Amino acid sequence: MNQVNEQKIPKAPSKWKHYFTFILILLLLWGSAYQTDSTFKELIEGFPNMFSVLDQMIPPNWAYFDNIIGAMLDTIRMAVLGTTIGAVIAIPFAIFSASNMIKSTWVYYPVRFLLNLVRTIPELLLAAIFVAIFGLGPLPGIFALGIFSTGIIAKLTYEAIEGIDKGPLESMTAVGANKIQWIMFSVVPQVAAYYVSYVLYSFEINVRAAAILGLVGAGGIGEYYDRTLGFLEYDKVSTIIIFTLLVVLIIDYISTKLRENLL
Amino acid sequence: MSSATRPIKPKKNIVRRWVIFIALALLYIWALSGVPVEGFKETAGQISKAIVSGIFSPDWDYVYLPEGEDLLRGLLDTLAIAILGTFISAFLCIPFAFWAANNMSKIKANAGIGKFFLSFVRTFPELVMALLFIKMVGPGSFAGVLALGLHSIGMLGKLFSEEVENIDFGPSEALKATGARPLQTLWFAVFPQVLPGFISYTLYRFEINLRSASVLGIIGAGGIGTPLIFAMQSRDWSRVGIILLGIIVMVTIVDIISGYLRKKIV
Repeated sequence: MNQVNEQKIPKAPSKWKHYFTFILILLLLWGSAYQTDSTFKELIEGFPNMFSVLDQMIPPNWAYFDNIIGAMLDTIRMAVLGTTIGAVIAIPFAIFSASNMIKSTWVYYPVRFLLNLVRTIPELLLAAIFVAIFGLGPLPGIFALGIFSTGIIAKLTYEAIEGIDKGPLESMTAVGANKIQWIMFSVVPQVAAYYVSYVLYSFEINVRAAAILGLVGAGGIGEYYDRTLGFLEYDKVSTIIIFTLLVVLIIDYISTKLRENLL
Repeated sequence: MSSATRPIKPKKNIVRRWVIFIALALLYIWALSGVPVEGFKETAGQISKAIVSGIFSPDWDYVYLPEGEDLLRGLLDTLAIAILGTFISAFLCIPFAFWAANNMSKIKANAGIGKFFLSFVRTFPELVMALLFIKMVGPGSFAGVLALGLHSIGMLGKLFSEEVENIDFGPSEALKATGARPLQTLWFAVFPQVLPGFISYTLYRFEINLRSASVLGIIGAGGIGTPLIFAMQSRDWSRVGIILLGIIVMVTIVDIISGYLRKKIV
C-alpha cells in the first residue's frame, strides 16, 4: 500500500505544443498579410472612403424598385429551373454512389469522386464558362446552377440512402422483386422526405447564388450591380441589396417551414 | 382462427396531394414562361469543343513564370486571402456569438436581435461586399480579405453561438465559488469548453472561404480569379484548363488537411 502514499502532484502537460501552434498561426497570418498587402495603414486610409460610400447609400432610391423587379423575378425563375435540373440529374448519381445500392467499389468510388470534383468548382466559375459557350443571358446561369446543385443534392441524398433501414430491402429481395421494384418500394419511401428537403435546401442556396451570377453576365439581378456601381449610383445599389435580402429572407423562411413539416 | 383480412390501404390525403401538384405545375409554368428560348448560339458546339480540348491539354508552362503573374503565385494569393479573411472573422465574431447565445443574456429579446443581425450578415452576398470594398479601398486582394472577413462573421457567429449555448455551467460556478474574477471564469471555465468547437468551425469556414476566394478575382478582388477571367475573355482555353486544375487540386488538398485536423480536434 506504499504506492498510494507516494502519489505525487501530477506534472502539468508540456506547453510546447501550444507555443508551437501559436507561432505557426502567427507566421501564417504574417505571411498572408504580406502576400495580400493588407496593412492597418491601408484600412485606416480607406476609412473616409467607406463612410462616404455608406453615406451615399442612405437613403436608398426607392423609385428604382420598378426597374429591378423584372430582374428579380428572373433570378427566382433561374433558381427554380436550376434546382429542378439538379434534382433530376442527382437521382441516378445518388443511387450509383450509395454503397448499399451498388455493391461494386469500382462503380461508387468513381461516381463519388466525380461528385466531389463538381463541388470544388464554384458556381460563378461554372457560370462564366457557360456564358462563354451560350452567350449572355439566364440560360448559362440555369445550367451552372443545375450542375452545382447536382453535386449538393446527390451527396446529401446518397448519404441518406446509405442510412436507410435494411429490413425492407431484404424483404423485397426475398419476394423476388426486380431492381426497379426494389428501389421503388423499399428505397424511395424511406428517402423521399429527405430528398425533397435537400432539394429545398439547395433551392435556398441557388436563390443566393442566382442573385450574383449576373456579375459574369449570366442573367438575373446581379447584372444591375455592374450597371449601377459603374456610374457610382450607390443609392440604387442599396435598393438592389435591400430587395435581394428581402427576397432571400422570405424564401428562406418559407423553405425552412416546409422542410420542418417534411421531416 | 378467423380468416386473415387484407390490410386496408392507408387513406391518403387526396386533396392535399392535388394542391401540391397544382402549385408545382403553376410554379413551373411561371418559371418556364420567363426563359427566353432564342436557341443556342451557333458557335456553341465549336466553343465547347475548344473548352474541352483546352481543359484536357492544360498550359503547363503557366504553372511557374519567372516574371510573376503565374499559377502558383495566384493560388498563394488566394490561399492568403482565405487565411486572413477567416482569421479576421473568427476573431470578430466572438462578441457577436456571445451576444446571440440564449444562455448568455438575461433578456431573451437581446439574443434574438443578435441572431437576426447575424442572419442579416449571412444573407448579404460576399461578392457584393467585395464590390463595395473595391470602391472603398481600391481593387486588389485587400478588398477580398475585408469582404470575406466581414461576410464570414454571419455564419461563424451563428455556429459559435450554438457552441456557447451548449456549455456546462458547472465549471464556471465552481470557479466563482473559489472567488475567481469574471475574466478568470471566462478564461478557465468557458473558453476550454468552446475552444475545440470554435477551431473546428473556423477550419470548416476556411474551406468555404477558399472556394469563395478563388472567384473573388472575377470582380477584381484579388486571387486566382483575375487571371482566370482574363484567360476566359481572351479565349485562351488551355490556360483556363490549367487554372481550373490548379483550383481543384488546391481545394482538394486543403479539404483533406482541414478535415484531418477537424477530426483530430473534436
